[in-house]
Amino acid sequence: MKRFAEKLSSRVFFLLALSSISALALITVFIVAQGAPLIAKVGFFRFVFGMDWAPGHGEYGIFPMIVGSVSVTLGAVLIGVPVGLCCSIFLAEFAPELMRDIFRPAIQLLAGIPSVVYGFWGLLFIVPFIRDRLGGPGLSILAGSVILAIMILPTVISISEVSLLDLPRQYKEGALALGMTHWQSIVSVLLPAAKSGITAAVILGIGRAVGETMAVIMVLGNAVALPESVLDPVRTLTTNIGIEMGYASGDHRQALFATGIVLFAIIMALNAAAQYIGRRR
Amino acid sequence: MRPQRTKITVKALNLYYGKFHALKEICMDIPEHTVTAIIGPSGCGKSSLLRTFNRMNDLIPGSRVEGGVYLDDTSVYAKTTDVALLRKRVGMVFQKPNVFPKSIYDNVAIGPRRHGINNRRQLDAIVQRSLVSVALWDEVKDMLGCPGQSLAIGRQQRLCIARALAVEPDVILMDESCSALDPESIMKIEELIAALVKSYTIIIVTHSMEQARRISDMSAFMMIEKTEGGGHVGVLMDYTQTEQMFSRPGNKTIEDYITGRFG
Repeated sequence: MKRFAEKLSSRVFFLLALSSISALALITVFIVAQGAPLIAKVGFFRFVFGMDWAPGHGEYGIFPMIVGSVSVTLGAVLIGVPVGLCCSIFLAEFAPELMRDIFRPAIQLLAGIPSVVYGFWGLLFIVPFIRDRLGGPGLSILAGSVILAIMILPTVISISEVSLLDLPRQYKEGALALGMTHWQSIVSVLLPAAKSGITAAVILGIGRAVGETMAVIMVLGNAVALPESVLDPVRTLTTNIGIEMGYASGDHRQALFATGIVLFAIIMALNAAAQYIGRRR
Repeated sequence: MRPQRTKITVKALNLYYGKFHALKEICMDIPEHTVTAIIGPSGCGKSSLLRTFNRMNDLIPGSRVEGGVYLDDTSVYAKTTDVALLRKRVGMVFQKPNVFPKSIYDNVAIGPRRHGINNRRQLDAIVQRSLVSVALWDEVKDMLGCPGQSLAIGRQQRLCIARALAVEPDVILMDESCSALDPESIMKIEELIAALVKSYTIIIVTHSMEQARRISDMSAFMMIEKTEGGGHVGVLMDYTQTEQMFSRPGNKTIEDYITGRFG
């Protein structure tokens, strides 16, 4: 009887575990099944590198959105990674205990703010700020990058901090014993030693930025055109789906799923890279 | 034995970790170009004493020093002391080899680089000289670009010594640097110490009486003393020539310890 219970419970757990994996499988299959026929119909090259997105006229080129996603993400990384890295170095190496205890939960809280709130805040403060001080419509790559930079901070900070704290204490002692200052030991020994963890942090941050939808819908302007400067509006892959899914049908609907395939591929590649680099020592 | 210049002077040194009194009234004059072995039972403060010489104790929050340590008559604990410069002059090799996750070459070159040497040819010369000094050059000269951590553990420890030598210290501290090694590697490092003492002053902490006897000129015997409050504190019981300590131990406690009757 007891053994039966053991066996049953392990089966139940297995089924539950399986269901979460199968959700992933189902989503993948569904997206591909819905989107792939359109890619085949339009042609992979014309779909990915096509410049025109006009569902009404059967034009499905998503290149401007790929450029949009890449540029906004790049901007977020350029702003968010230096700030996040400095913050993690400060927390791991300089901050007194008390300050650490205040900073850490505060940063985690940043991850808990709903993205629509970020978007709303960006729309009310950052967009007008850019419009008034720097010109352009305000709804822009820059606005999106700033918002996303803040949103990826918790990921970048916590993973890089952990990878710094995980280093053997002996590295730091060895560096200091050679007559390095604290700062020199960080730059020339600790950061290089934590390189793989920090790289993984950046890649996961990129993944989060690429996938974010709600916040960027509100501040990017969503124009389907190649941007000429960071003050121009763009549309990303995610916002394309988010905006049009409500009323799309037929080929148009399939094109949005196809956009999802591209997005899915990008995120999978980023996660795989993060796992691979994180595992390497 | 010819009279020698004093390299490190310890004057009435007291060390505290917060409220814990770790070292009490230590006095010693360590002669230049000698090997000093610090011996004694676990917990008597051997490593703590060693780490006052290059101020590694500063890393422990709440550590505090009274009295003084002097390197060539300059105070180690003076407010004006440049700690980085002090540690450049007083190198340290740790218990476990702490090779950085870098190439063999970079492990040795990292110290000189931080101290402003960037000329490639100069660095090459320093790397070669340092690795030759630890008898590692012939073994690794064709694989300088390989990760230092891929070496066997005994070689890693010699690499750590080479790394310490590369910044041209006067003094080398070794904190039980042989305790993680196999007998053959220990022998190599002991030979190394015998060769290095011509140019450096070496102070080692060791648990092995045989090792202290084999390689040191001077021995410092430390002991745990009970305090009135029921705590304990590390004291220096004797500091004398090794030969004398082992052949005519100053008192019964030392004799019992070095002959292995306790500790």
